[in-house]
Amino acid sequence: MKIRLQVWRQEHARDAGRFETYEAPDVSPDMSFLELLDVVNERLVLEGREPIAFDHDCREGICGACSVVIDGRPHGPRERTTACQLHMRSFPDGAEITLEPWRASAFPVVKDLIVDRSAFDRIIAAGGFVSAPTGSAPDGNALPIEKENADLAMDAAACIGCGACVAACPNASAMLFTAAKASQLALLPQGQPERWRRATAMVARMDQEGFGSCTNHGECMAACPKGISIDHIARLNRDWIHASLRAGRRTATSGDSAGG
Amino acid sequence: MKLDAKIPAGPIEKKWEQHQLDMKLVNPANKRKYKVLVVGTGLAGASAAATLAELGYQVEAFCYQDSPRRAHSIAAQGGINAAKNYQNDGDSVYRLFYDTVKGGDFRAREANVYRLAQVSVNIIDQCVAQGVPFAREYGGLLANRSFGGAQVSRTFYARGQTGQQLLLGAYQALERQVGLGKVKMHARHELLELVVVEGRARGIVVRDLVTGEVRTHAGDAVVLATGGYGNVFFLATYAKGCNGTAIWRAYKQGAAFGNPCYTQIHPTCIPVTGDHQSKLTLMSESLRNDGRIWVPKQAGDKRPPAQIPEDERDYYLERKYPSFGNLAPRDIASRAAKEACDAGRGVGPTGLGVYLDFGDAIQRLGQGAIREKYGNLFEMYERITDDDPYQVPMRIFPATHYTMGGLWVDYNLMSTIPGLFVAGEANFSDHGANRLGASALMQGLADGYFVLPYTIGDFLARVKPEPLAADHPAVRAAEAAVRARSEKLLSIRGKRTVMSFHRALGRIMWEHCGMARDRQGLQAALQKIPALRAEFWENVNVPGTGASLNQSLESAGRVADFLELGELMCRDALEREESCGGHFRVEHQTEDGEARRDDQRFAHVAAWEYAGEERAPIRNVEPLNFEFVHLATRSYK
Ligand SMILES: Cc1cc2nc3c(=O)[nH]c(=O)nc-3n(C[C@H](O)[C@H](O)[C@H](O)COP(=O)(O)OP(=O)(O)OC[C@H]3O[C@@H](n4cnc5c(N)ncnc54)[C@H](O)[C@@H]3O)c2cc1C
Ligand code: FES
Repeated sequence: MKIRLQVWRQEHARDAGRFETYEAPDVSPDMSFLELLDVVNERLVLEGREPIAFDHDCREGICGACSVVIDGRPHGPRERTTACQLHMRSFPDGAEITLEPWRASAFPVVKDLIVDRSAFDRIIAAGGFVSAPTGSAPDGNALPIEKENADLAMDAAACIGCGACVAACPNASAMLFTAAKASQLALLPQGQPERWRRATAMVARMDQEGFGSCTNHGECMAACPKGISIDHIARLNRDWIHASLRAGRRTATSGDSAGG
Repeated sequence: MKLDAKIPAGPIEKKWEQHQLDMKLVNPANKRKYKVLVVGTGLAGASAAATLAELGYQVEAFCYQDSPRRAHSIAAQGGINAAKNYQNDGDSVYRLFYDTVKGGDFRAREANVYRLAQVSVNIIDQCVAQGVPFAREYGGLLANRSFGGAQVSRTFYARGQTGQQLLLGAYQALERQVGLGKVKMHARHELLELVVVEGRARGIVVRDLVTGEVRTHAGDAVVLATGGYGNVFFLATYAKGCNGTAIWRAYKQGAAFGNPCYTQIHPTCIPVTGDHQSKLTLMSESLRNDGRIWVPKQAGDKRPPAQIPEDERDYYLERKYPSFGNLAPRDIASRAAKEACDAGRGVGPTGLGVYLDFGDAIQRLGQGAIREKYGNLFEMYERITDDDPYQVPMRIFPATHYTMGGLWVDYNLMSTIPGLFVAGEANFSDHGANRLGASALMQGLADGYFVLPYTIGDFLARVKPEPLAADHPAVRAAEAAVRARSEKLLSIRGKRTVMSFHRALGRIMWEHCGMARDRQGLQAALQKIPALRAEFWENVNVPGTGASLNQSLESAGRVADFLELGELMCRDALEREESCGGHFRVEHQTEDGEARRDDQRFAHVAAWEYAGEERAPIRNVEPLNFEFVHLATRSYK
């Protein structure tokens, strides 16, 4: 196959950036999309030009490193498929394909197709965990968990943290990512003691990082390579509201006792 | 070099408990005065960093990805072993210990393996408490499956994403400590040199992969949890960034390298399709629970699988190993696949493949049950190959998957450099010459959650916390060496890309140091690798500069190290004149083609010592004593 690529090139965060065109004359339909980029890069190096920088690692759809917008869609045309698992057989011969980085102000471009997603780590650090210091755990079977809930929690936990949800959202909201973690833990008994505090802290951090708010477009779910459902967003929203009410009640009670 | 494994005295089931009592403790108020540098935040590193911070030490952690959540551990599919005996099928700590020693073909240290089996049960408890969504039965209790090389169901799993879920559990524990200000996380940082001061590991030189800045971080102890070096083969199931750089730098600073030739070739990977291929994808071993492996009886039979009648199929694992059948250990299953293909009975366009067939299982259990168990794996297979495994059998072939070798460590997981600890796949410790399925996740988490936090404490209790001056000659020298090497790589501007050298090295390694090895081939490799390395340093083209993000420079450094490490692997394989586990020397096999060990001469660990640029490395030996499991010929028949 013959492919023409329009690729976003940007030296560093402050560079304006521009598209450049590259031809790939002999592409095998069995290649993955990232292998196509390898081939283009090998040629660029031999021509004395700088190869295209892109994030990747596992190349099997699980690490969440790869992050390219392909023809306007995060990870490209195939549903529930990361860019590294997308094969060239999904494109017609002679296709002209446009590649861009995730676009979101909370994900500044580092170089070319690479963006800085460390905001996601900070959302987790704010509350996306169960506080269970090593050594403090009871026997694993001491706490039976309804299979249905365990399965639902696993559906949410399948998030790979790639950020396609943010890239797809017109508001660049990180709600699907945040909700997937909050919801996983809210579905499990281990997550209950910190449930309300978690919801508040993660959402606050998300806002602070400059992600937009969720207005229910649902583009995130369509773009998610793991098919994470927006039901989890509804669950987090409920928890967040509940947590705010509780906080309100608590201030009221403590105010009373102070007065009494 | 003196190798002291520091194995505690006493009966095997009491060693660890007694050792814990004997170890020194750091006063809680003093813990924050010590700094531990943890390089690598996969299962081993993240669990160690989080736990050390919980205990009160200052921790700085490093990884080359943009987030610790992306470490290669994330890709593990099948499961994690633990001797819980929840299935009441006769499992016990002793049986897990026994299976692991036997599975490793009697080339692992008994005391370490026993401890691993003991703490395995704590790992499951810990992970459940963190909210890891393990698979469950309808009654709400934890589910198990069986895995290659074991006859009990002791493997815990989270669909086909066990590594992901365990890693996210450890990552969340780590991020919690980051949020509390107890761990300072440095993502997109790569270790390029170890700083050794007066014989003790005191720091690391890292490159900030975004700005290119080269900097030293000092600490009172250093942990390397940087994973395996299987990417020396270029095509492997590893993530693209996995590298041997950290352990190789430590080796060149004086840490002994244990059993470099022990590599695991996994039997169930998707076959190679063409020259463009950049990696190989594993199909979890758990598939062998329900899939049956076969090839046509007739060499050169090119009929589609559905047209080959039952009596013209050779279910060779079931035939050769009736009691383990399709669940024979990995080394055995891989070699059997190679044999079938060498005999011209391989399937698929390249002839390098065998069938993994779910036809029977689908008939017996129904498509729904199979989908529930393996749905995501089937999907992954279909995406890559464009074949539907519910309709046609999968095609699989062995690929490099794991390295049992690694830096030599004593019972405390300390290398031969005091203050340098090594955990997870980066060390050589628990798997001997072959690793059983679902035991790497167990080992990584055992090391990180339950072993290192104690043994590092014992080490720190014996040293004073001391700052290391930024202009200390050892620091300056290490930084200068790192800069000089980058500048050299960037100045060559030759005619070949880094990847072309990596592919060439991979081909040499696969051909001569892969599933079957012999003297002649290894000797040839020992000629070819230095020649390739010489060409690399004259003719590689690394574009760009060192002052910003430069992925070519990153991979050039890694490949340069692989070009040295590969040679040590071949040397080790040549010297080990026996077959054991994943190390199969063609000269040493039984009449029916099984591995023939030589316990008289080789019941030991080979610990290689760097002797300088121009000198051959020295092979030191740690004898292995089998007091509890009797040395026997491994049989899975
Ligand atoms: C596809 C696949 C499936 C598997 N399935 C299973 C399974 O089902 N069960 C099982 O038990 N095992 C399985 N394994 C093996 C197991 O996943 C690994 O052995 C294990 O996860 C290794 O963990 P680790 O913490 O030692 O290293 P890794 O997870 O590889 O982490 C290495 C860390 O070191 C960092 N690092 C590396 N080099 C540097 C450097 N130079 N500077 C700074 N940081 C560095 C990386 O950034 C990373 O954080 C599987 C492996 C693969 C490839
Ligand atoms: S490279 Fe890991 S998900 Fe694509």
